[in-house]
Amino acid sequence: MATNPDSVRILVPVGMLGAGFPPETVERGLALGADVIAVDGGSTDSGPYYLGTGTAKTARAAVARDLRLLLRAAATAGIPLIVGSCGTSGTDAGVDWVAGITREILAAEGLDLRLATIYSSQQAADLDLDRIRPLPPAGDLDRVTLDSCTNIVGMMGHEPIAAALTAGADVVLAGRATDTAVAAAYPLLKGMPAGPVWHAAKIVECGGQCTTNPRAGGVLATVDATGFTIEPLDPTNACTPTSVAAHMLYETVNPFTMREPAGTIEVGDAVYRALDERRVRVEGSRFEPAAQHTIKLEGARITGYETMSFTAIRDPHILGQIDTWTALLRKMIIEWVAGTIGLGEGDYSFDIRRYGYDAILGDLDPATGPPREVGVMLLVRAADQATATAVAKVANPLMLHLPTPDMDYLPSLAFATSPAETERGAVYEFVLNHVVEVSSPTSLFRVCLEDNR
Amino acid sequence: MTVVADLALEVRSKNAGPFWVTMEVFARDADAYAVVADPAFLDASVIARLYGVPAQDVQFYRIPSLNVVKISFPRPVVQGSLRDHDIHAGQHHVPLAMLAVPPVT
Repeated sequence: MATNPDSVRILVPVGMLGAGFPPETVERGLALGADVIAVDGGSTDSGPYYLGTGTAKTARAAVARDLRLLLRAAATAGIPLIVGSCGTSGTDAGVDWVAGITREILAAEGLDLRLATIYSSQQAADLDLDRIRPLPPAGDLDRVTLDSCTNIVGMMGHEPIAAALTAGADVVLAGRATDTAVAAAYPLLKGMPAGPVWHAAKIVECGGQCTTNPRAGGVLATVDATGFTIEPLDPTNACTPTSVAAHMLYETVNPFTMREPAGTIEVGDAVYRALDERRVRVEGSRFEPAAQHTIKLEGARITGYETMSFTAIRDPHILGQIDTWTALLRKMIIEWVAGTIGLGEGDYSFDIRRYGYDAILGDLDPATGPPREVGVMLLVRAADQATATAVAKVANPLMLHLPTPDMDYLPSLAFATSPAETERGAVYEFVLNHVVEVSSPTSLFRVCLEDNR
Repeated sequence: MTVVADLALEVRSKNAGPFWVTMEVFARDADAYAVVADPAFLDASVIARLYGVPAQDVQFYRIPSLNVVKISFPRPVVQGSLRDHDIHAGQHHVPLAMLAVPPVT
């Protein structure tokens, strides 16, 4: 059996596959002795649509460009490439989408790499409610909610990825995985200590976000027995103790502890020290194994169908009474919809957003004063598309000609597009914020090793 | 009038997963940090008032080594719902950034 190395170097080229990176930064990472390339392919940040539909946020061509560079790099250096949360949400469809792009590139480039896919989609019927626990601020889960999801994924830790590598994979395309597991799997497999591995994995998960110039490409983390060292791939970029420590704040509720399937990362005692003007040494991170292994579940369901209409106001007279005008619009829509298509307020819902006035913050906005121009978005939601569009069309003459109560003529407002209405299709919401207790960290995931060589 | 943004290199907000919002004040220096980290000036009740959320749900992290005050709370409006007007919660730092700082006595 091979002995463990003294250190493992993790190359993270970019925070999200498809976001792009300078090719020379990856070449530099290989020259620095990278042992593995790890990159995240997903996120829930852009909302429930991508999980709900199982489609990707990123453009196929952008994913293909990044993958081509990374597959070439992995083949050249003879090191593994790991992609997590494939296709934005990490559904089985997302894994298959990235796998399809990967196979095309491997064939076109004549690269001899063995591919593994790891599937993380879950069937509601297979999940045991008695073993599911809510995470704050969620409540208990019921069977109806679980069954209503169009897609459910389990968020894997490092274990299924490590299993794929052990089985001989050169390229691992994982379904939904924790951001950290993608970078942690290989160094853990090589016997590096859990505390530094997980902390390093958290710091590198967004690529160059932990550097002083996040737009200059990714980073290289070197994990060893006592800690880790991090440096940017671009030689003109820098990591400072502040830029590295500050990354623990980014998109985290709690900057000192983070739960993984296998335990908890504790970085409250970590010390960040500058080795020189662009490399940082981190020591003192800990990983506390959990008594019970848990897998976080993500799920989304359809909440209705939406149609959007967008008009705009420049007339200072109306803008001077924008709240009065909006209240009148709301009242007239309800009356006209009841009068023309016979729908009551329980049959549909709508939202009026006044861009340029208070659309973003609403009542929370600390600023006041009349706006110069306002875009008025009407968003209608109903149980089916035809109803949502019918309501928006009934509102159309109001969005075009509604005056303020003191005007004795009809203004014509500035629709942004023709037609004014845009059908948005099904809209989704996240409904799961729960973990499931599992007896094995790999039991919810299926590893498929392709015999393509 | 001095506001929190005047004391900071950056005030930012972002979703932390689908169900939480988190924001950070990166104070300019230790003196500015002392102002924004003072619970008599900024605590859960102030955040509750600025954002219309229950004070008991607000988490505070004061980090003097970084001159950072970090605040997290559950999203009052579900991400991507009909009345969610900021999917990434990336513009919700403004009420905090515009909060008036008491004059130095």
